[in-house]
Amino acid sequence: MKTIKLIYPLAFALAITLATTGCHNHKAVGVTPIPGSRSGMVGDNNNANTLPSGDKLGSDNNANANGIPVASADTFDNMNEDRAALAAYTIHFAFDSAAIKSAEKSNLESVASALKSDANAKLLIEGNCDDRGTEEYNRSLGERRALAAREALAKDGVDPSRIRTISYGKDKPADPGHDEAAWAKNRRDDFVLLHPKTGV
Amino acid sequence: MKNTIARLIVLPVVLAFAALNFCRAQEEINIQTEINILGQTKPIPVSLEGFTGEAAEVLKFDLYVQGFSFVAPEAAQYRISGSSVGNVVGFVTDTVSRQTKFSRSYSGASLRRQAHAFADDIVLAITGRKGIGQTKIAFKAQAPTGSGEIYVSDFDGHNPREVTHDNAIVAAPAWVPGRLAVYYTSYQPGNPDIFYHNLSTGERSKVAFFSGLNTSASVSPDGSKLAMILSRNGSPNVWVCNANGTGFKQLTMSPEDESSPCWSPDGQWICFATKIKSRRVLAKVPAGGGAIQRIPTSGVSNPTDPDWSPDGKWIAFTSQMGDFNICVVPAGGGSATVLVPGQHPSWSPNSRTLVLNRDARGRQSLSVLDVLTKQVKDIGRISGNDSQPAWAK
Repeated sequence: MKTIKLIYPLAFALAITLATTGCHNHKAVGVTPIPGSRSGMVGDNNNANTLPSGDKLGSDNNANANGIPVASADTFDNMNEDRAALAAYTIHFAFDSAAIKSAEKSNLESVASALKSDANAKLLIEGNCDDRGTEEYNRSLGERRALAAREALAKDGVDPSRIRTISYGKDKPADPGHDEAAWAKNRRDDFVLLHPKTGV
Repeated sequence: MKNTIARLIVLPVVLAFAALNFCRAQEEINIQTEINILGQTKPIPVSLEGFTGEAAEVLKFDLYVQGFSFVAPEAAQYRISGSSVGNVVGFVTDTVSRQTKFSRSYSGASLRRQAHAFADDIVLAITGRKGIGQTKIAFKAQAPTGSGEIYVSDFDGHNPREVTHDNAIVAAPAWVPGRLAVYYTSYQPGNPDIFYHNLSTGERSKVAFFSGLNTSASVSPDGSKLAMILSRNGSPNVWVCNANGTGFKQLTMSPEDESSPCWSPDGQWICFATKIKSRRVLAKVPAGGGAIQRIPTSGVSNPTDPDWSPDGKWIAFTSQMGDFNICVVPAGGGSATVLVPGQHPSWSPNSRTLVLNRDARGRQSLSVLDVLTKQVKDIGRISGNDSQPAWAK
């Protein structure tokens, strides 16, 4: 009887502890903030946030609405994409995971040394997923994968402000198949080297 | 007072009868009440006579996905008759009471619209619910290359209109409640950014365009706020801002990948998909910020794509255990009911029907599902893959 009486407050205290530690678990771990190279506020004067108008619903005149490029203050603008330079260093992930496998570390080192050897170059990391999982889940997972590589490169001494990430979720599979071999190829980060356009 | 006295008299009488009945034969018990169980409710049998062509198709589609089945007049609970030559004229008769529930003639607009209006009147007269016949959906239509456009159409896929003309990856359209306006994600600027698009004027603007991921906009029930996923602080997290893209506030801080925020209809909570202790779960956070609470979905795993029903009672979502399934769980969490194969459910304004996308011979196609009877019908496809439908509310 006495022991039971003791167990209740203990369990209660444990529950409270678990609840409060859960509540205070706000500090993000292993997160590298993205520099504010692209501002997000409507009304920021150096951002052209208003696009050319689209069509009214019900109007059949689509003639002048096709994507006119948006001006942007992005520091990654005016860069040429070199997709071939780092194509050999694509890294792959386990299912539902953004953890960098130890086997992929040498690829990341190669990417890091390419950036270190060319101070003007920047990097675009494209995060991708297999098609198991819903679209928005994969869009977030792909971003997490790209950011994981960015964090690893930052630890390796690359200035993270030189690295931009983009997630394609499951919208750009490397292999259109639906088997494990295709899925394994699709769970990946592609690295795209960016060179400043000459004469800009 | 009168009521109390009446109750005082009635209750013992009822109890006495109940006791008497119980003492007699137990097999005499006959339960008349209709019990509405998710996915197990029987459809209401009706007969349909006199309608032809498009009007007949519309009536059949609208009534089927709102929980009606079609039987011979003798077996029908309600007889629906009339004609659709020129205009729709309809009669609904209750076969039990032999009384006309209503008779109505329609004019103006298109024959199709008239048939939808008649279907709505039938649903209202028989079930007391507002029908869905004249509602709209938005969705993405994607080519095999990955590029696509945002579309809006009638809820049954008819009258599709292309909203964007960017030939870019697009995602996650979301309606502004009560207005002809949507938010969506477009990669048109070379980055996934969130756009606001006024469908009446055609004007659009970028609302969230930070470095990294800007996606999954969801508008608060009063239209004043936006929940979304941003990775600007280094991980995909749930954020809120004002509808015009000011006053951004981060609501979740986890290093995991949150996705697909949606609002509770009272505007107090934002539900989303995330990973807690290595398990994929649904969770909710107060819209003004605060502690995260899990929403248990027992019986299924890997829940994503939550959508809170407008009546506040349910959360529909996608589960993945090998295949994708549409599931529904009480909004507070609990035992999940698996309904049909599919992804990305979005509630109708009357909280009875879902629009979703499902695999049809290797391609995604939109379907409409009545959650109580599990009656489901595909709607016409625009291009390679149609997905991420959002029902206008």
